Amino acid sequence: MDKDRNRVARSIDTAVLRDSQDEILKIEHVTMKFGGLIAVNDFSLSMKRGELVGLIGPNGAGKTTVFNVITGQYTPSDGRVLFDGDDITGLPPDIIVTRGIARTFQNVRLFNGLTVLDNVLVSYHSRIRSSFLEAVFRTKRHLEEEKAMRQNGIDLLRQVGLEHLANEEAGNLPYGQQRRLEIARALATSPKLLLLDEPAAGMNPEETRQLMKFIQDIRDKYALTILLIEHDMHVVMGICERIRVLDYGISIAEGSPVEIQHNQRVIQAYLGEEERAYA
Amino acid sequence: MKERNFRLNLALIVLIALSVWWAKDRLNPYILRVLNTAAIYIVAAVSYNLVNGVTGQFSLGPNAFMALGGFTVALLMLPLPQKEMVYFLQPLIWPFNSFSLPQWLFGLSLILAGLVATAGAFIVGVPCLRLRGDYLAIATFGFGEIVIVLANNAISITNGALGIKGIPEYSTLPWTVGCAVITVLFIRNLVNSSYGRAMKAIREDEVAAEAMGINLFRHKMLAFAVSAFFAGVSGGLLATLITTVSPSLFMFTMTFNLLIIIVLGGLGSITGSTVTAIIFAVLQELLREVEAPRTIGPIHIPGITGMRMIVFSIMLILLMLFYRRGLFGKGEASWDGLFALPGRVREFFERLRRKEVKSWTRTGIESHDQ
Ligand SMILES: Nc1ncnc2c1ncn2[C@@H]1O[C@H](COP(=O)(O)OP(=O)(O)OP(=O)(O)O)[C@@H](O)[C@H]1O
Ligand SMILES: [Mg+2]
Repeated sequence: MDKDRNRVARSIDTAVLRDSQDEILKIEHVTMKFGGLIAVNDFSLSMKRGELVGLIGPNGAGKTTVFNVITGQYTPSDGRVLFDGDDITGLPPDIIVTRGIARTFQNVRLFNGLTVLDNVLVSYHSRIRSSFLEAVFRTKRHLEEEKAMRQNGIDLLRQVGLEHLANEEAGNLPYGQQRRLEIARALATSPKLLLLDEPAAGMNPEETRQLMKFIQDIRDKYALTILLIEHDMHVVMGICERIRVLDYGISIAEGSPVEIQHNQRVIQAYLGEEERAYA
Repeated sequence: MKERNFRLNLALIVLIALSVWWAKDRLNPYILRVLNTAAIYIVAAVSYNLVNGVTGQFSLGPNAFMALGGFTVALLMLPLPQKEMVYFLQPLIWPFNSFSLPQWLFGLSLILAGLVATAGAFIVGVPCLRLRGDYLAIATFGFGEIVIVLANNAISITNGALGIKGIPEYSTLPWTVGCAVITVLFIRNLVNSSYGRAMKAIREDEVAAEAMGINLFRHKMLAFAVSAFFAGVSGGLLATLITTVSPSLFMFTMTFNLLIIIVLGGLGSITGSTVTAIIFAVLQELLREVEAPRTIGPIHIPGITGMRMIVFSIMLILLMLFYRRGLFGKGEASWDGLFALPGRVREFFERLRRKEVKSWTRTGIESHDQ
């Protein structure tokens, strides 16, 4: 626990240092309506390069919808999303990911019938230079590209500790490793910003502990900025530097883990009895 | 390992070439007809499987693309005197009434047949592959019906319901088998490449594929266009095999047959489609029996046309009930799998002796191409 708190303190320090640097993500007054339902209401958020921000809130608060707006699954009813200074509002998901935003899904969405390695290789495809005819006629350029892809894929799997499972079907992996593979697949797109939607959901305490370490590792190794949705308060409080709280689509609080734990509105709206005990 | 498999593939192709060369003048016409049909089914089924099995899009269109290819080849290759004789209802329109390609350009006519079919694929694909959801099945089915109606009514091009007769019989075994080999190699290489991986990713999860940077429309369209190209070629081969084309040849039954082939073989499996295409062509001949009139003792049963389709449908239903993944599943028969087979059979009997075997399906013929 002590160690965690130290780490948080240190991260906050570095975050202050980074204050002068530019913003990587800026969400301005985004509203997302589904018919009569306002899932996200006038949501603004800016993230600095290298930050690890948590997005929390009760079920149905609109957290996943925020992700879907950022990654282009939904076009917001109002507002805009700036990434690296560019307006990316309304761009399709396959373009946004090539700009440098990758995500995982709340309900793991792997390519179940493909091998673990192939799952990762799919992410390299958008950068391929050889045409499909070169693929069919197996030109030198294409074969070299395939070889490089495969090598990168294996290297990545080694770094995330899945190398020994490279030829397994993804759907056959245990749940914790499916989650890990989903993150690896996102990393293969070389993101600058990584969006993780409840990565610890369904994990046991041991898996959760490994996951926290894993997230911190990849963040350092790949110089990532991370936005994290999570219900598990150990994870959120343990690794996030800053936390934003959503309730019914409205931002009700923002602050450091300690601040959020003591925020009365948050406690009322979100943290139930047992969480209050934890806080 | 790779080196060995490459040599074995090469040896297989040489073996096929030698057998074709040997068989083309020696086997009787009836058997040749069956072999030609099998090869044409391979072209059509393997390419159809690229859309339905590999990319996971439900197309019902191959009969339309085969029709486009079939009529293209007929119009290009039908000799001029024959053209004057056939088109007695309405004269054939320019430019087709003024030329006819010589035999040595048959290959070119097949390529053009493929390109015309590909153009058709863009007409259907561009509007409806952009949409999310299963519009493709409806759109391709509708396109097939439109093509048939057009073929029935554009008399000065297609000669209407009478069809075009007297097309030269250019689809010899070297042509049909050659096209089958090219199709299988082309689609195999595509499927095993990064492009094929993207297509499979779309099949597995469209949302995730798009989120990982796959342009859904472009890759669905690629699969659809390549598939239509080879469907067009197979239509052209069919036209010059049976020497006539008419709208009725390319009705929906054709698509239904191909659907049975690719499902029986295992959606997504190239070797599966190849093997079941051959089985289908042979069975179709053998099962002619069940449609023939016969007398059993005092009972006389008149011939029932369509009986074969009932048999095939029942086979399909049984397969879906008991072996849903088809003969090969999504996997491919591979040399590695073949060489591992004796070991696996031995292991199977070993386990059988120890009474450990619960399910026969565990040791199917399928294996993975790794
Ligand atoms: N495509 C959609 N169409 C209609 N309503 C939607 C759609 N997506 C989300 N919603 C609604 O928007 C609201 C917010 O949903 P969202 O999935 O963003 O919540 P969440 O905060 O991620 O919740 P959870 O913690 O349960 O994942 C919910 O009421 C949900 O039903
Ligand atoms: Mg959610």
